[in-house]
Amino acid sequence: MTGSNRLEGGLIDRSKPLRFKFDGIGYSGFEGDTLASALLANGVRLMGRSFKYHRPRGPMTAGSEEPNAIVELRSGARKEPNTRATTAELYEGLTANSQNRWPSLKWDAMAVNDQLSNFFAAGFYYKTFMWPAAFWEKVYEPIIRKAAGLGTLSHKPDPDSYDKGFLHCDLLVIGAGPTGLAAALTAGRAGAQVILADEDHLPGGRLNAETFTLGDQTGADWAAAAMAELSSMPNVRVMTRSTVIGAFDHGIYGVVERVSDHLPEPLPGKPRQILWRVYSKRAILAAGATERPIVFENNDRPGIMLASAIRAYANRWGTTPAKQVAIFTNNDDGHRTASDLVAKGVEVVAVIDTRTDAPGSDLYDVIAGGEIDQTWGRLGLTRIEVKMPKGGIRRITCGALGVSGGWNPNVHLTCHQRGRPVWNDAISAFVPGDTLPPGMIPAGAAAGDFSTHGALVSGRKAAQEALADLGIDAKPTDLPQAEDAPVRITPFWHVTRAKRAWVDQQNDVTAKDVKLAHQENFVSVEHLKRYTTLGMATDQGKTSNMAGLAIMAEVAGKSIPEVGTTMFRPPYTPTAMGVFAGRSRDETFRPTRKTPSHKWAEEQGATFVEAGLWLRAQWFPKPGETHWRESVDREVTQTRKSVGICDVTTLGKIDVQGTDAAEFLNRVYCNGFAKLAVGKVRYGLMLREDGIVMDDGTAARLAEDHFVVTTTTANAVPVYRHMEFVRQCLFPDMDVQLISTTEAWAQFAVAGPNSRALLQKIVDPEFDISNDAFPFMACGAVTVCGGLRARLFRISFSGELAFEIAVPTRYGDALIRRLMQAGAEFDVVPYGTEALGVMRIEKGHATGNELNGTITALNLGMDRMVSKKKDSIGSVLSEREGLNEADALKLVGLKPVNPDHTVPAGAHLMTKGTKVSAANDQGYVTSACYSPNLGCHIALAYLKSGDTRMGEVIRLVSPLTGIDHDVEVVSAHFVDPEGDRLRA
Amino acid sequence: MHDLKPMTPLGQHEPVIETHGPVTLTEVTDTALASVAARLGREADTAAILASVLGSETPAPARHGGKTLTAFWMGPDQWMVEAPLETHEDLAAQLAATSEGAMSVTEQTDAWCRFDLSGERLADVFERLCSANTRAFTGGEAVRTAIEHLGCFLLCRTPAHISVLGPRSAANSLHHALLTAMRSAH
Amino acid sequence: MLIDHPLLGPRDASEFVYKGDASLINRPDWQAEDALAKFIDYGYLRDNPASDHRELWFHEQGDRSWLVVTRDTTTHEIKSVELARDVARREGRSK
Repeated sequence: MTGSNRLEGGLIDRSKPLRFKFDGIGYSGFEGDTLASALLANGVRLMGRSFKYHRPRGPMTAGSEEPNAIVELRSGARKEPNTRATTAELYEGLTANSQNRWPSLKWDAMAVNDQLSNFFAAGFYYKTFMWPAAFWEKVYEPIIRKAAGLGTLSHKPDPDSYDKGFLHCDLLVIGAGPTGLAAALTAGRAGAQVILADEDHLPGGRLNAETFTLGDQTGADWAAAAMAELSSMPNVRVMTRSTVIGAFDHGIYGVVERVSDHLPEPLPGKPRQILWRVYSKRAILAAGATERPIVFENNDRPGIMLASAIRAYANRWGTTPAKQVAIFTNNDDGHRTASDLVAKGVEVVAVIDTRTDAPGSDLYDVIAGGEIDQTWGRLGLTRIEVKMPKGGIRRITCGALGVSGGWNPNVHLTCHQRGRPVWNDAISAFVPGDTLPPGMIPAGAAAGDFSTHGALVSGRKAAQEALADLGIDAKPTDLPQAEDAPVRITPFWHVTRAKRAWVDQQNDVTAKDVKLAHQENFVSVEHLKRYTTLGMATDQGKTSNMAGLAIMAEVAGKSIPEVGTTMFRPPYTPTAMGVFAGRSRDETFRPTRKTPSHKWAEEQGATFVEAGLWLRAQWFPKPGETHWRESVDREVTQTRKSVGICDVTTLGKIDVQGTDAAEFLNRVYCNGFAKLAVGKVRYGLMLREDGIVMDDGTAARLAEDHFVVTTTTANAVPVYRHMEFVRQCLFPDMDVQLISTTEAWAQFAVAGPNSRALLQKIVDPEFDISNDAFPFMACGAVTVCGGLRARLFRISFSGELAFEIAVPTRYGDALIRRLMQAGAEFDVVPYGTEALGVMRIEKGHATGNELNGTITALNLGMDRMVSKKKDSIGSVLSEREGLNEADALKLVGLKPVNPDHTVPAGAHLMTKGTKVSAANDQGYVTSACYSPNLGCHIALAYLKSGDTRMGEVIRLVSPLTGIDHDVEVVSAHFVDPEGDRLRA
Repeated sequence: MHDLKPMTPLGQHEPVIETHGPVTLTEVTDTALASVAARLGREADTAAILASVLGSETPAPARHGGKTLTAFWMGPDQWMVEAPLETHEDLAAQLAATSEGAMSVTEQTDAWCRFDLSGERLADVFERLCSANTRAFTGGEAVRTAIEHLGCFLLCRTPAHISVLGPRSAANSLHHALLTAMRSAH
Repeated sequence: MLIDHPLLGPRDASEFVYKGDASLINRPDWQAEDALAKFIDYGYLRDNPASDHRELWFHEQGDRSWLVVTRDTTTHEIKSVELARDVARREGRSK
C-alpha cells in the first residue's frame, strides 16, 4: 500500500502506480484514483483556499458536485484553473497546484479576510463600493477584479482542439448507475437505438461506492457485467466521461465527452473534448442523487466531508481521509458509512445522530440527539465538540467527520425548460415536478426512489414506458435481488446557535448571510441567491442550495416548498469554453472562399482582403512599389488608359427560368424587365417591401424564358432567399425556377479602351463582338480559346468600355493566364478590389456603402426607376410620406476645395456658416478615395436636396478626427458623365 | 479544341487523394452536373423525362439513384443529374434538348466540389461533421445539410461510399474539415 | 429545436432561417384604393401571441423550401409544419 491512508480493496489497479505532483511535492497513486483520492491516500486533506475568506479547505465530496477541492491542473498553455480534484483522473506525471493562496497553501496572506469577516457579509460589495461614482472604474473595479476568482488563466492559446458532433437515438439514458443500467439493458435488449451517457469513467454510479450485493455479485461486478453486455450490443452506444450538460427543445441534449482529459495530452489528431448534440426521441433521467451536508460551526475544515464521500473513498478508492472518523447524520444513511468504515478497519469514534430515536449499533458509539457544537484544527480537522442530548459538551479527537443531511435527487435537467421541482415530505427533498422537458422520464434516485431495488425497477419501468411510446415492445429484464431499505430521515438543516457556519463553501456564504439577507428584506429566493451569491459558484450550489432554502424558510416562517427553489440552468457542470467553439477558431473560424484566379493572384504577390467569406485580391504590388496607393493608382490609371482585368466571380449569380421569368423579375425589381430583349442586359434595383433598397445588380436575358441575375457579393445569399420567398409565398403559381450559379462560372471584368481588342484575341472569331454587333448592354453565349463555352456580357462597373466574360469555373485559372498573355501587347494590368472601388466611385456607382439599409431609390436619384405601372416589391411603401420629404438626401459627389485635403468616409456635412451640430446635419460621406484621374480625393455622399446644390461649397466635419474643411458639391459622375466611353 | 487546362477545386491539376485509418478521401472531378426543375404544371412530364434519362424511377425526396445516369433530389420538383464528364461535358445542353419545354435546366458542374469518403465506419467521421443521421444510411440517401457552415449534399452510394458535394469556392475549407474529422474519428 | 419538415422529416432548426409572422404571405393588392394603408399594416403590424404563432422558416441548408411553422411561443412546441407554397395557394395567392 502506498500512502499513509491507503486501505485494502477498492477499484484501483495496484499494479499500475502513478507518480504526480501537487504544489510541487511528489506523490504516488494508482490507476483508477482521482487526484483527490490519491492525495487523501497520501494523508493530504488541505487542497485549496476559499473564495472570499481564504479559509483552508479540503474535498467535501467524491464527485462533480465538489465545491472546495478545486485546483489548477497541468501547466503552461494547458493549465486549467478551477478543476475539481474529485473528478480529475490521475495519470502518470500529473501536476496540479492549489489556487487562491499566496504565498503558499498553508500560509495564505489573504486569510486576513477571515479575521475581517464582519465587514465582508452579504451585500458587502453593494454597500461598500457605492461612492464616489468616479471610483467605480478606476479604483474599485481593479481591486475587485484582482481579489475575485479562484484560479488564474494561462493567457496562452489553448493548444488542444475540440470537436462538435451529432448523435441520434431512440432513447438517451442519462447516468449509468443501477437505474440507468437497468433502463439501458431493457431498451438495448429490445433492439432500440440507445445512448447511455455517464460522467464517470467507470460506469455503475453508487454501485461502485457501496458494499451491498446485487444477487450474488457485488454492485461493482454487476455493473461491470451489465456494461459488458451493453457494449456488445450494436444498437447501444455507451459514452463514459460524458456529461449531459443541458436538456434543450424537442429532445435535444448537450453532452460533453472528455476524450483526452485523463491523458497527459491528447493523442495526435484527437480532440480534448467533444460537444455532442444528441437528438433523442425519449430520455431517461437516471442522474442519481447528491448527499447534502448539515450546517454547523466551522463546518468547513479539511476532513469534514459528506458521509457518502468518505464511504466512496473507502469502498471505491481504498482510502480514508483519516484513521479516526466521526459521523454526523440526521438519517440512516450516515450509519451505512460508519459500518462500511468499520469493515475497512477504520476507527469510527462516534456517530452523532440528531434523531433522539437513532438506531444503535454494536460496531460504534451512537450519540442519539447530539449536535456538533464546534470543530478544531487550523489546516485540517483534529477535534470535534459534541453538544450532548442531556447537556454538556463531549470532545472527540478525529481527523475526519462524515456529514449526512439526507439526499437530493439530481433534478437539474428537469428544470432546463422551466420545470419546477416539487417537495416530497417522505424523503425531505425536492423531486422532479410535472412540467418536464417533453420526452424525459426521471427514474431511480433522480426521481426520489433511493433504494437499489427501487432504482433497478424504476429504470426498467421507465425504459418500457419510453419504448412503448415509440411502438417498441420491451420485455421486462430480469433484475437481481437488491437492498430495499426505506428512507428514514428527520430533517435537520443547521445548528442554529452557530456563528460561522458555511452554507455555500465555494462562495463563502454563511448561515448568517442568509439571515441578513432576510433581514434586509430579500424575500424571493432568486434575490437571496444574487444578493448572497449562494449557489452562484462553479458548483452551482449542488451541495448548498438546499440548506440555504431551509434556513431562509425558517427565518421567514415559511415551509420549504413555499420558499421554492432557484432555477437550474445549463450547463450541469462547468464546461470549457473551447468545446463550444469546437473547430471554429483561428484560421478555421469560418470557411474561406477562394476565387478561380486565387492561385494565379498569389503567384503575382497580390494582397488579399476578406469580403464576406471570400478572399479577394485587393491590389497587385509591383516591384519597387512601397505604398499601396502606388499600386492602386497604377492599376486605375492603366485600366482607364488601356485595359485591366479583375476577378468578379464573387458577385452572386442566380439562374431564373420559366415562362413567367420576366414577370417574376418585374415583381422583384422596381424597374421593368418584361420588355428586355433577348441578348440584352439591364440594371435592376431591388427594394425591400418597406421601400428601402435591398440590392442592385443586372439581369441578362439569355432566352425568352431564361435570365441570369447578378447580386452584390455580400447579398448573394439574402437575395436568393428573398426571391424564393417571393416565388413560394407571394406568387406560388408563377412558372419560375431559381438556382444559384455563383460558383459555376469564373467571371472576369475586362475594362478599358483596349478591352475589346484584347477580347477579340480570346473570343473565337466566329463571334462578332464589334460595337455594332455587340453594343453596350449586350450579352450572349460565345466560345473562347478555340471552343470553350463562355458567356460574354458588355457591362461596365468602371465606366470604361468593358466586358465581363464567364467560363466554367475549372477553366478560370487558365483563362486569367491566357488573358494576361494576350493582353501583354496592351500592357494589361490585373486590378484588385481597391482599384475597382476607386473606379466605381469615380463613375458614381453605388455599392454596399451607399445601399446601407436606410436608402431609397429617391435618395439614389433613381426614383423614376420605380415603375408605377406594375406591381413590384417595395413600390407601394416607397411612397410613404417620410421617405419622400422635400429635402430628402440625394447622392452627390464631393471634391475638396483644397486639393490636398482628404474627404474621409463617415464625415458629416454642414452648411457653411452654421454651427456643427446634429440639428444642422446636412448629410454624410459614404465612400471616399483618391482619384488618380482627378488628382485629388473625391467622395460620394448623401446630402439634403443634394441634386439642387451642385457647386455649393459646404463644410465637411469629422469631430472625432479633427477634420473641418470645405468641399464642393459636384455630380457623382466624376468621370465620363455622358457615358461615351461605355458605348465606344 | 481549346487548350485551356482545367484546375481542380483544390487548386491542383490532379485530384487529391488522402487516406487515414480505414477511410480514403478522394477529390472527384470526373462528373458533370446539371439541375433540372419542373416547369409549373409540367411536374409529371419532367418526372417522365428524367425517368427515361436515368433508366429508373425519379428519386423521391432525400433520395438519389438511377441506372444509365444518376440523379438526386434537391427540392420539390427539382433534381440534380450526374453524368460522366468525359461524355457529358455539355450535360445541361443535352438535357435541355430533351426537355420539350417541361423543365428548366441549369449547368452546375463547376458549382460544386465533390469529395468521396470510402471505407469502414464512415458514420464515425460524419457524426463529427453534420447533423444528418449517417449511421442509419443504407444506400440511396441524398441529404442536404451544413458541414462547418457550408451547405453540402451527402450522397450515400453505399454505407462504405459517401459523396460530399459542397460549394466549389470553399473546397479547401471543406477538405480540411473532412480530413480533420477523419483524423479525429479514426 | 427540431422542425418536422413535411417532406424530409425532423431537421435541426440550425438549418433554417427565420423570417417572421406567416401573415407576410397575405400581401395586399397593390391596386387597392387604400393600398398604402394596407401595406403599412402588412409591413409593420404584428400580433404577439403567448401561444400558437404561425411563422415562416426557410430551409436554407436543406431543400430551400419556405415553411409555415405553427409554434407555441411559450413552450416551443411545434404543432404543424406545412410547405408555405401550399399555404399560399390555399390562402388564395394563386393568380
